[in-house]
Amino acid sequence: MTSNQIMFLLFSAVIVIFSILTVTSRRILRAATYLLFVLVSTAGLYFLLRYNYLAAIQLIVYAGGIVVLIIFSILLTSHISEKLPTASLLKKWPALLVALVGAALCVTVILQHNFPGSVGNTELVSVTDIGNSLINYGKYGYALPFEVISVLLLAAMIGAIVLAKKRKD
Amino acid sequence: MAFNIYDFTSFNQSIDKALYEWLPPFWAMIVEMTIIGLVFLLAYAVVGLLLVYAERKVCAFMQNRVGPNRVGPYGIFQTIADFIKLLMKELVYIKDSDKLLFNIAPFIVIIASFMAIAAIPFAKGLHAIDFDIGIMYVVAVSSLGVVGILLAGWSSNNKYSLIGAMRSGAQIISYELSVGLSLLTIVVLAGTMQFSQVVELQSSGWFIFKGHIPAVIAFIVFLIASTAETNRGPFDLAEAESELTAGFHTEYSGIKFAFFFLAEYMNMFIVASIAATVFLGGWMPFHISGLEGFNHVMDFIPPLIWYIGKTAFIIWLMMLFKWTFPRLRIDQLLNLEWKYLLPINLVNILIMAFIVLMGWHF
Repeated sequence: MTSNQIMFLLFSAVIVIFSILTVTSRRILRAATYLLFVLVSTAGLYFLLRYNYLAAIQLIVYAGGIVVLIIFSILLTSHISEKLPTASLLKKWPALLVALVGAALCVTVILQHNFPGSVGNTELVSVTDIGNSLINYGKYGYALPFEVISVLLLAAMIGAIVLAKKRKD
Repeated sequence: MAFNIYDFTSFNQSIDKALYEWLPPFWAMIVEMTIIGLVFLLAYAVVGLLLVYAERKVCAFMQNRVGPNRVGPYGIFQTIADFIKLLMKELVYIKDSDKLLFNIAPFIVIIASFMAIAAIPFAKGLHAIDFDIGIMYVVAVSSLGVVGILLAGWSSNNKYSLIGAMRSGAQIISYELSVGLSLLTIVVLAGTMQFSQVVELQSSGWFIFKGHIPAVIAFIVFLIASTAETNRGPFDLAEAESELTAGFHTEYSGIKFAFFFLAEYMNMFIVASIAATVFLGGWMPFHISGLEGFNHVMDFIPPLIWYIGKTAFIIWLMMLFKWTFPRLRIDQLLNLEWKYLLPINLVNILIMAFIVLMGWHF
């Protein structure tokens, strides 16, 4: 077994175990912490693939941004002694079924896909390329999606400000 | 083994070669990783102890006192004695706390700062990982530390801790923006995020001189924002002792408290290293393009000394901040970031981009 495989197994084990713990934990902040471990391990997988840019984005957006916001809102709303009630069987079984069907679908698609053999020394995507294609309006350019998402974010931000603003009446 | 104080590359490569000749590749890699890990752990502890000592001496100097002076000459062993004391203290068991999160929190804080330190170039060849996204990686990793602070505050089941954690969270999330944007100003100038290239590009002059006024503004904004991001005074309202006893680490004792304490000082060190590397040239000696003789004289000082000197200078500045300014209120703190630093920063990036486009920089 190569070191890459060992690291892959390690990251995958962390992801699988903590994903299950995230949905089964009855303490909400613990669930958020387990989710953090899952997201950081995913970033680890990207680092393993040497896709450093995506790994850093994963850390900034998910681990450093979204999980921090989730934890922040939990801190504001829930008390340490609170425990979520165990879900009823009526809720448990459908959830399990949906999860299993989803997993089966993913696994069959992955197994059926014919991956090209060795991808050991393929060209690494450099940050410069990503940056150039992000603001490129020619072929394979992402200028339009980039701008559309910016407008969407701006709208969401204005919406949040309007909602949070004190009314004058 | 060729040991060269000016360039560690050949030294590292000779160790690497010897290990790979001696061991199978898998074990050679494991041994290499262990050696690097141990070196970093040792450096982490030593720098942490030195910084605590330096802080107490600078504080004493500012307040016209002597500072620690009993243990060893000039009291240099004082922090070691304190550390031994901390190690032997009882780990107080908190009833009704969330034990798992309570115990994990100090490790999250310390792991985040440990991950950031890996990407910092200390001298030519003394650089653990040279990512092509170096600056972005450091920003990404250092944003994880706040999770540990939030968890610590909540799991202690203590109102003071919770308030401290909330303040700290709000503060770090907002000031992260300014830290990122001020670094981005220099990335615009440099055209790269790789630390080795950032340092290499400053061989003809440090970026703070090359980038004219925008670089100076970015440097000042970075200093303010990074002081806030590391929870140091005058932005230390997360642990404001006069109102919150000790904020998020009120309930921690012994070695767990030491972890928070050490991580805080190491974060200051990391931030100072980044400021030194990005704005003041890192290990690159002070060069003025055109003055060959002067540059040559400067090259005689080893890069490691340059790096330590610049980092120490910035750490000294941050310590002066802490002991000069009174602590801000939470609303003043958020006003400073959102109403002043962030708009200044955004305009500053535009000016920098304009300067780079027009080719006005050196």
